[in-house]
Amino acid sequence: METDLTNPILDALSASDAPILASKAFPSIPSLKVKSALDRLGSRQMVDWKALEKEIVTLTKEGEEIAANGSHEAKVFAAVVAAMDGLKIADLPNIVGKDNAKVGQGNAFKRGWIKKDKDLLRASTESIVDETQQILIGVQKTKALSDAKALQDLKRRKLVSLAKEHDYEIFKGPKYAREFVKEETDLTPEMIASGSWKTTAFKSKNFNAKGAITPSGTFHPLNKVRQEFRNIFFEMGFEEMPTNRFVETGFWNFDALFVPQQHPARDLQDTFYISDPAVADGPRADAPNDPHCPKSKDGEKPLDYQEYWDNVREVHEHGKFGSIGYRYPWSADESLRLVLRTHTTSISTYMLHKLAANPRPARYFSIDRVFRNEAVDATHLAEFHQIEGVIADFGLTLGGLIGFMEVFFAKMGIHQLRFKPAYNPYTEPSMEIFGYHAGLGKWVEIGNSGMFRPEMLESMGLPKGLRVYGWGLSLERPTMIKYAVSNIRELLGHKVDLNFIESNPAVRLEKD
Amino acid sequence: MPTISVDKAALFKELGRDYTTEEFDELCFEFGIELDEDDRPIVDGVQEPPQLKIEIPANRYDLLCFEGIALMLNIFLGRVSLPEYKLTKPAKMEQIIVKEDTTKIRPYVSGAILRGVKFDQARYESFIALQDKLHQNLARARTLVSIGTHDYDTVQGPFTYDAQAPKDIKFTPLNQTQEMNGEELMNFYEKHQQLGKYLHIIRDSPVYPVIYDSKKTVCSLPPIINSDHSKISLNTTNIFIEITALDRTKLEIVNRMMVTMFSQYTSEPFTIEPVQIVSEHNNETRVTPDIAPRIAQAEVSYINQCCGLELSPAEICTKLTKMSYRAKPSSTSADIIDVEIPPTRADVLHQCDIMEDVAIAYGFNSLPRDFPQISGTIAQPLPINKLTDIVRVETAMAGWSEVMPLILCSHDENFGWLNRKDDGNTAVKLANPKTTEFQVVRTSLLPGLLKTIRENKHHSVPMKIFEVSDVAFKDMSMERKSRNERHFAAAFYGKSGGFEIVHGLLDRIMAMLKTAFITGEEGLENPAVTDSQYYIKETDDSTYFPGHAGTIHVRIGGKDQVIGSFGVLHPTVLENYELKYPVSALELNVEAFL
Repeated sequence: METDLTNPILDALSASDAPILASKAFPSIPSLKVKSALDRLGSRQMVDWKALEKEIVTLTKEGEEIAANGSHEAKVFAAVVAAMDGLKIADLPNIVGKDNAKVGQGNAFKRGWIKKDKDLLRASTESIVDETQQILIGVQKTKALSDAKALQDLKRRKLVSLAKEHDYEIFKGPKYAREFVKEETDLTPEMIASGSWKTTAFKSKNFNAKGAITPSGTFHPLNKVRQEFRNIFFEMGFEEMPTNRFVETGFWNFDALFVPQQHPARDLQDTFYISDPAVADGPRADAPNDPHCPKSKDGEKPLDYQEYWDNVREVHEHGKFGSIGYRYPWSADESLRLVLRTHTTSISTYMLHKLAANPRPARYFSIDRVFRNEAVDATHLAEFHQIEGVIADFGLTLGGLIGFMEVFFAKMGIHQLRFKPAYNPYTEPSMEIFGYHAGLGKWVEIGNSGMFRPEMLESMGLPKGLRVYGWGLSLERPTMIKYAVSNIRELLGHKVDLNFIESNPAVRLEKD
Repeated sequence: MPTISVDKAALFKELGRDYTTEEFDELCFEFGIELDEDDRPIVDGVQEPPQLKIEIPANRYDLLCFEGIALMLNIFLGRVSLPEYKLTKPAKMEQIIVKEDTTKIRPYVSGAILRGVKFDQARYESFIALQDKLHQNLARARTLVSIGTHDYDTVQGPFTYDAQAPKDIKFTPLNQTQEMNGEELMNFYEKHQQLGKYLHIIRDSPVYPVIYDSKKTVCSLPPIINSDHSKISLNTTNIFIEITALDRTKLEIVNRMMVTMFSQYTSEPFTIEPVQIVSEHNNETRVTPDIAPRIAQAEVSYINQCCGLELSPAEICTKLTKMSYRAKPSSTSADIIDVEIPPTRADVLHQCDIMEDVAIAYGFNSLPRDFPQISGTIAQPLPINKLTDIVRVETAMAGWSEVMPLILCSHDENFGWLNRKDDGNTAVKLANPKTTEFQVVRTSLLPGLLKTIRENKHHSVPMKIFEVSDVAFKDMSMERKSRNERHFAAAFYGKSGGFEIVHGLLDRIMAMLKTAFITGEEGLENPAVTDSQYYIKETDDSTYFPGHAGTIHVRIGGKDQVIGSFGVLHPTVLENYELKYPVSALELNVEAFL
């Protein structure tokens, strides 16, 4: 290294404990070089230093010229004196040069050094003091000028310019030593083998920069949130339902849930109907070898699907189980139409019907895709995920549902809830759940809940005393609120930015 | 859910006090309606009176107009009780005589007369708006039920409800000047912004429903339009209401809503003049409207158990009064309450509805809270989801990024763009998508992965993405004629080297699923560990580049099956998906490992 300043700085400090000034000790070294040496020494605490900044005055090229050879007017005066008997004005430029002649003549007149005698210039004094030169020489030495008016004048005449100068006041550091030893960056196998690491000086690492980017795989943010919800359900004793079934019948998706056949949700505007295949079979027992369906246990009475179908028809058309029903002609064809499920509640219905074989307390949940034939916008997609929970038990109360929701939502950091009466064809009572969002400073609807209607449950063959809570929310909405995503298309679908997926932090619902 | 706009000042006057937005919002919240907006609309540069926009539950038809909201809130607040609606006993009852031909198009009719109505601008507009809301909601855009209202003094009963050939029906429609027949009327209104959308309900029928008065004057052509002759105005005092329908239940609900909401403006408030429907051919002869309350019984124990309360029968009755019922403890049983369900409450079907109203009157947020006891349920994941998580975790740990494309896609994306042919027995097809983006349920995860790459060209290469999710296939052996299948797919997008990397991912996943690699030459690798093995065979598959693709075979329990394929995608596939670099992809069915 041609000018490694580290050792010269250590040398300069060795004389005494007093600080040194870089500009004094190393006047000719550019400050950047000083700085880099100080950084190296500072990182090992061998020196401490303070950056000083001051304004300095430097001569321009013209100023340097005047400091060396005198001002324009002094040159003019010298030429006039040298002519002995007056200098022809017209000859002046030839002797002192055009520039000097022009500026110098005027200034020499102004200072009373020369006078005009017809076409001749004559000296009007014997000797002069070239103040401009004196001042500039002073500036050259001190890089400063205390007389503000003179400084202003020189600046105007473009003889000096102002600049910032960095200087450093340097002290001995806590680990000051006379010598700066060359450092190694990395510990190597050879050093370990030879033991040389014991005597080797290591450069400390830079902790102000980021490390190398680590190649990493990642989960999709929605699946990360989904896993949090699954964990909450598992913590609370819930069994996951077989929602791997996108296509449903009108029966399972609507009729069995006591959704009347003229309900707006069943419109072509809202529900995707299937053109191929066209017609389903009526409800029937699962194929015995289907690996996804819950297995019936020994001793359970077989489920009567025809009776279920007839009950559903009856409760819609004429009323049953203490209900007056909707009283309209119920169409079997409508019930056998195929749809893309509009909610996973069709699966909850399927699971609750299974429960009729052996009515008992049960807790089920699912988080899976549902489909709505909606126009796509910032908050709506034709697909989204529904989170759904179901609790079946004897003696359930509405207060229990509220109490359960408080625990459930507290697990994701929502601690203030209130409940609004709402309408849902298959739950009564129905409650919309509002949570207080501290960030938004307002109540936000976070889910729907209720107790399934007796028309739905008793049609399945479940006993009257077995009551069932159901609640649901979308996976996307809480995710969007938590992570301030304003457009659902930035969260689900092929337009999601892969960089967003790869940089999205881990999800901790109770904390974030 | 329907949204109703009401005049703020008028509503607060009805409620007897002013409310701040917060106070009114709170009242709505407790009652179960939702204050959407507290609005001061400017129409054509003019400041309109402040409006409240209120969202109404879809089954509360009695809240679809100003009159109903004001009444039900006043009852809820305990300021008034439900009015006693009465039918008058006219000396000669008005009649609608129904002809049998109406069974061919719109078989049911109902009617009522309101006498001595005093309209002002607001009431008149509300009267029109309620009909509109009922038409849109309960009546399913007039398909099921439609309402015609007439100035009774311009027509002469008895009326006839008939169905006739379009050409034989001649009249001047509402607010028109020229007479036209049914056919001409269809053409005339074809492009009409409001009415055009209702024409389809009867247009192709050989007969159209029509209501005549005794002088053969057309009153209306349901469900399209009334005649200009009998139109109502601000000055109308006697109103004849006729309602036609396909659905008898909704027909009577609509009639009850119309008369209960607007009988408060009749000269003797809350009285309604009935109309006799003469309909012998289908045994529908009767007097309408039926405004008698429905008598029902509710169990005290059921209500208390569901709500978690211990209210006395008398207390329950008091709560029910706030929700517009009349109720009293039964004289025969201590556990029974006799409930009169008013004609306004069409939503009450079962005692669970009555129970809910007790809870609302008590206040959902005041109910005693407890926690349902844990009845020994056992948490467990769905087996296929547990298996899925193993594959997801291993793939992500191997450095791949999980993506989540849509399940619906276009037919081309699923077939043609992958150089695949649709044999008609594979994919589930949608009947009514709004865009071509959603024509089929995917049968492969590849389209979603390729679209994700296409939309992420700003990302550095290589891109390594994967998905483990369901596809669906048509399956005529199933009740729902289809089945889902859990697939795993991964795609590598980069300048070179993808094939080996995807192959390596396959090997890794197989190893993690305890499935050993076997080839013809090398024989079994570690056969003692597992009875699950896999091997790969070169395949000729038009999705892939020739010679650069293989099928994945597993042998589990001695049984061989093909579970998927992998390879370098064919350049024409890349072109279809607008991709510039080679893609190596892998897709397999994970269900074999269940």
